[in-house]
Parts: sequence; structure tokens; C-alpha cells
Amino acid sequence: MTKTAEHPDRARAFVADDARAHWHDESLWFVRQKRDRQVHSVPEWERLRELASQVKRHAISRWPDYLEEFEKNATALGAKVHWAADAEEHNRIVLGILRDAGVKKITKSKSMLTEEVHLNPYLIKHGIDVTDTDLGERIVQLREETPSHIVLPAIHLKREDVSETFHDKIGTESGNADPAYLTEAARQHLREKFLGAEASITGVNFLVAETGGFVVCTNEGNADLGTSLPRLHIACTGIEKLVPRAADLAIYLRLLARSATGQPITTYTSHFHGPRPGGELHIVLVDNGRSDLANDPQFRDVLNCIRCGACMNTCPVYRRSGGHSYAATVPGPIGSVLNPLHALTPRIVRESEQGEGVEPREGEAGDAHGSLPFACSLCGSCTDVCPVKIPLHHQLLALRKTVGDRGLLPWGKRIGMKAAGKLLNSPKLFGVAGRLARKALPVLPRAAIYNRLNPWGVGRDLPPAPPKSFKQMWRDELKQEASSPGDPK
Amino acid sequence: MRVGLFIPCYIDQFYPRVGAAAVRVLRRFGGPDLHLEYPEGQVCCGQPMANAGLPHESQPLAETNLKALSGFDAVVCPSGSCTSMVRNHYAPFLEGHPGYEELQAKTYEFCEFLTDVLKVGSPAGRFPHKIGLHNGCHGLRELRLGSGSERNVAPFDKVRSLLTNLEGLTFAEPERPDECCGFGGTFAVQEEAVSVMMGKDKVADYRQAGTEALVSPDMSCLMHLEGVLRRGGDQTTRVLHVAEVLEEATREP
Repeated sequence: MTKTAEHPDRARAFVADDARAHWHDESLWFVRQKRDRQVHSVPEWERLRELASQVKRHAISRWPDYLEEFEKNATALGAKVHWAADAEEHNRIVLGILRDAGVKKITKSKSMLTEEVHLNPYLIKHGIDVTDTDLGERIVQLREETPSHIVLPAIHLKREDVSETFHDKIGTESGNADPAYLTEAARQHLREKFLGAEASITGVNFLVAETGGFVVCTNEGNADLGTSLPRLHIACTGIEKLVPRAADLAIYLRLLARSATGQPITTYTSHFHGPRPGGELHIVLVDNGRSDLANDPQFRDVLNCIRCGACMNTCPVYRRSGGHSYAATVPGPIGSVLNPLHALTPRIVRESEQGEGVEPREGEAGDAHGSLPFACSLCGSCTDVCPVKIPLHHQLLALRKTVGDRGLLPWGKRIGMKAAGKLLNSPKLFGVAGRLARKALPVLPRAAIYNRLNPWGVGRDLPPAPPKSFKQMWRDELKQEASSPGDPK
Repeated sequence: MRVGLFIPCYIDQFYPRVGAAAVRVLRRFGGPDLHLEYPEGQVCCGQPMANAGLPHESQPLAETNLKALSGFDAVVCPSGSCTSMVRNHYAPFLEGHPGYEELQAKTYEFCEFLTDVLKVGSPAGRFPHKIGLHNGCHGLRELRLGSGSERNVAPFDKVRSLLTNLEGLTFAEPERPDECCGFGGTFAVQEEAVSVMMGKDKVADYRQAGTEALVSPDMSCLMHLEGVLRRGGDQTTRVLHVAEVLEEATREP
């Protein structure tokens, strides 16, 4: 029933292509370095992070008030605000709006929320032609893949891969991997889609309670192009995007692009206040587990996330194992917190209300992402890089306990750790076991030490065994030395 | 001052020389008032079980250590990771236990104790090698032994400051000075493929920077990196705990 081997297996496959894994690592490290340079150009960086974290915490602590304020102000501006409790309701609402308007063809700018709720397959199943307009998103859409990074969706692909995909799907020259040529081809291809679209869906970076407006940040201007022609605009957003005041944007807009790509600001930062003249604007506010998280003091801060992706760029595991190894909408450190929580929280909440032993609901097994909190060396770089101060590596550690408490750890690990705990808690037993190991290691044949039962030894040697333990050394020599004459006690 | 030595379980069994070096350095720098003891009732800090998702299994170890390590003016541990376990992660096990808060406040990582408590500054001595200094992640980001490359704060490095005045010592400057080496405790086994790749990359980064001796305040990182080095055919690069460097460099001739 448990699938905790998932991430290590996928990661091993990625690592096996050494050249590609290193290329991936270096591409993202390059972004991390760009980010560092930008960060050091802002002397008040750490203060901004603190403010960003506090404002989000405050907003979340008063969600009902601020969400109502947002709805009131957005409605006054002429937008129609919809509420969706979960993914299914969100998708139904969006399809309903499109059907009411008789729309068959839409463009969609980047939105991790619509990835989270699997909007594309849902709309396509219901006869809607959906085109992702972010270049990276479009590339993975043409390849029928999922994004491997939340800001750089096609970071796992080399330009040769893109060239091949474009040749197959949009008829570019075979073997031509010139970036300028490929970008121009994509531009022409997308222009047709923009011109033919009857509606546009965008994500949202920030909702502002005070004004009822919202902000969409892109580097390609595709959200602006998408919303310019058709009269119908649907903005899909998680409720955690809410900030109280327009002035708060000054904090987040300084942090977002610097953390994401090492730019001082996104190329396009568009503010939407109500529909365009003669147009329609719908805003779909999605909960999908977020209010459960807001009620969980241990994991609440994860809702601070502004989806900059900095934790992925800095994560030594993500860089070397690739986004797809996480098999999740949001990969990397933040995804390793969000996905298991998303799977586990509804059941934990029901249990706290109804007592233990609640039957899992369909799709709520909670084990599909059980290996993600362990896909982490707990180095803590994600925590220090995070512009909104989510204590990511501590949340990952806490989640390991949650996974352990729910009996989702492999049997061998549970038994092994129980035994290790007993052994390690007895100085006597530990001393005996250590002595045996130190005596055995130097005389055992290599095959007895380095085999498939010893994952340590696949790529590393064991340390040479010394004749004495520290405890023996202490008794035999160090104790006398520590209190020798010259040590005037 | 009565100082209790907290020796990590793997140092006890596999790197006793590190514990011995720590004893000698503490004696040398602590002066006549420093009385060093090794409480034999101590056990592993409990990190392996906690990090594996089974912190209930760590609870008895935390309790054993509280008993063994109580009553000292300071507890000193030559490992950032184990120190962080006691300081930052014992609360769920020991909150409310008499003596816990004292243990939490008085447990120091070895370098931190030298710089912050004994105030040794940058001692004189001789160590004529180009060293690659690897500050373990837990020392760096959980104990703040250094400023770290992610944050925009005034730069500092308590470990490096201890070594800067040693005659003949130069620092190799790797391209990614504080990237994780890939050990990560149970991570090294559970995610063996990524862990080994991280270790190899780290070793390569130190090698291109001209490292002659690989030095760290965390022997667990070094166990992993040494394993990678030796498996890769390098039998000569020295791999040393900071305590060993200080011991060798400041030894009376």
C-alpha cells in the first residue's frame, strides 16, 4: 500500500543520465546566482522578507474579513466573484462561464492553480480548445507533459528537445535549434491562437482586498495579449494570494522577480481593476484545502508562498533529480510540503472532528506523495532563500513525523529504526555492537560489505575502522591527560 | 568551569581521533580553570530516528542524554548537526523536564564554544596546507556559525575565523561554498543516487579550487565526502575535523 520508494526511483533514473543531470543542475544554479546578485543589491532584503511574512500571516489570520472586502470591492468594479471549495467546483464554474458565453477556444496564461486543479484536461474533455500561452507552458503542453518547475516550466528541456517538438507539432525546420528561430516560430504560432481566442484565462499573483483589483506578473506579456482581444476574462486564483492593501504590493513585487529569476522586477506587472469596457471579468476564488492549512499552526506558514520557485533553484536535490521526479504539480521543497499536506490534511481534519479511524475518501490515500518529505537532505537552504520566510526544512521534518505517524513508512524502516533506537539508547549494547563492527570490518571480504544490501556502499567507501572507540581512549589515556598535573584542579 | 564532552555516536566508534583532538584543544585553550569530563552515560542524540519520521523512537535517547549531560557549566559537542538536535529539536521530547532549558542553553558546538565562550579569537599556530573548508549545513543554517550565502547580512564565519591566523594555511575557494555535501543522515541511504551525486560534485568543486586537505566541523559530512574521495581512487587528500587541524597546528613542538 505504501509507495514511499517513488522519489528515489525517479531521481535515480534522472541521475543516471549524468550529463543531463549536471546540465540541469548548472542551469538552475545560474538562476540562483543571478538571484544572489539581485538580493545583495537590496540592503533591506532581510527586513522585506520579515515584512512579507508578517503581512501574509496577518492576512491569513483574518481571511474571512479580507476576502469579503475583496469581493465587495471587486464586485463594485464590475467583476463577478465566484467561490470554489475544491478543484471540481472550480472546474465546473469555469466551464459554466465558458458555456454561458458560447466559447469554444481559449488562451490561458501561466497559472499553477489551474495546474493544481487539472483544468486543462477537464476543459479539453468538455470540448474546449485550450492553448497555454507562456512559452515554457506551451512547449510542455505540445509535448503532453506537465511543467517541471513552477516558474521555468520547461527547464528540463534542452533547446534540441524544443526544436524536435516544434518540428513535430508546429512544423519548424528539422534540426534547427537556433533560439531566435524557435522563439519567432512560437511567437507566430501563438499569435494565431491569440487572434482566434474567444476568452482568456489568467492566473493571479496578488489579490488586493482594499481595491478589489489583482496583479498578474509575466515576462512575456502573454497575459496582456490574451486579455486584450476577447471580451471575456476569467482569473483563477487560490485564496492565499490575498494581501490587505495596495501598498503591500511594494513589498512583494520587489521580492518576487528577484527571488524567481534574478530580475529586479517582472517585465510585465499588470493591474486589473474590473472588466474592460463592454467586457466581462470573472474571478474564481479557490479554497481546495487552504482553509484547513490555515487552521494548522504547524504548517500555516506554507500559505505565505508567492510561487517564486527560489526554493527549487537552490535545492541541491531538485537541481539533480529534476522536477518530474516529484510527480506532483508543485515540485521541489515547497511542493514536498504542499503535496503530502494536500493529500493528508482533509483526513487529519476529519479525524480531529470525528475521532481516529476515519475511512479515507477516494483520492485521499495520503501515500502517493509519502516519499517527498524525505527527498531532502535538510540542508535548510530553501528556508533561507524563501522571500516569505516559510520554514520549509522544518516543515519537511515535521511532515516526516506525520507520514510516520500514519503508518506510511516502509516496514523495514520502522523495524530498523525501532531496533536502532534500542541499541543506541544503551551505552553498553552500543559499545559491544561497535566493537564487533570495528573488528569485523577490516577482515570481512569486500563482497560481504559492499553489496546491494548496503546502499551506502554503492558509491562510497566506509570509513576505516579504528582499533579503539573514543570511550576506550578516554578510559585508557584521555582521562588522565585531561586531569594531568599542570591542570590545577 | 566544568565542561561535559558530548561525543556523537559515530565519532565514538569511527573517529575517536576527533574526540581526542577536541579534548586536547579544549585543554590547551581552556586554561587551568577548564575541567573536562566525558559522561559515559551519554548516547546518540537521536537524530537518525527523528529524521526518518519516527521521533517517538528518539524520545528515550533525549531523556538519557538529559540525565547524563546535566549539571555542567557547558556541554561541548564536535558536531553542528548533533548540537542542533539538542538545541533546536529536543523540545517535543523534553519540554517541562527539569534541566532541559539549561541543557538547551548550555550546549555548544565545538567551534562556537571556542569563539563565543572561550573567546580564543584567531589562534596562532602553523598548518601549511591549502584547505577546503566545508561548513556543515546544520552548523551554518541551524546554529548560524556563519552568515550563509542566501541571506543579505553582514558576512561572518566562526569556523573560518578560528583558522585564519594559522601560519601557512590558505583557503581553497570553491564555487559553491555552502552547498550541501549530500550526506543528510538517513538521506544518504534513502536517496543514495542523489546523495552520491552531490558528494561527487562537492569533491570536484573542492578539487578544482586546489584543496589539499578537506576540513569541516562536521565529521558526518566528512565521512560521506571521504567515502566518495576514496571510492574515486583518491587515497591521499587529508580529511580532517577542525579540532584536528587546531590540535596539529597549535601543538607544542
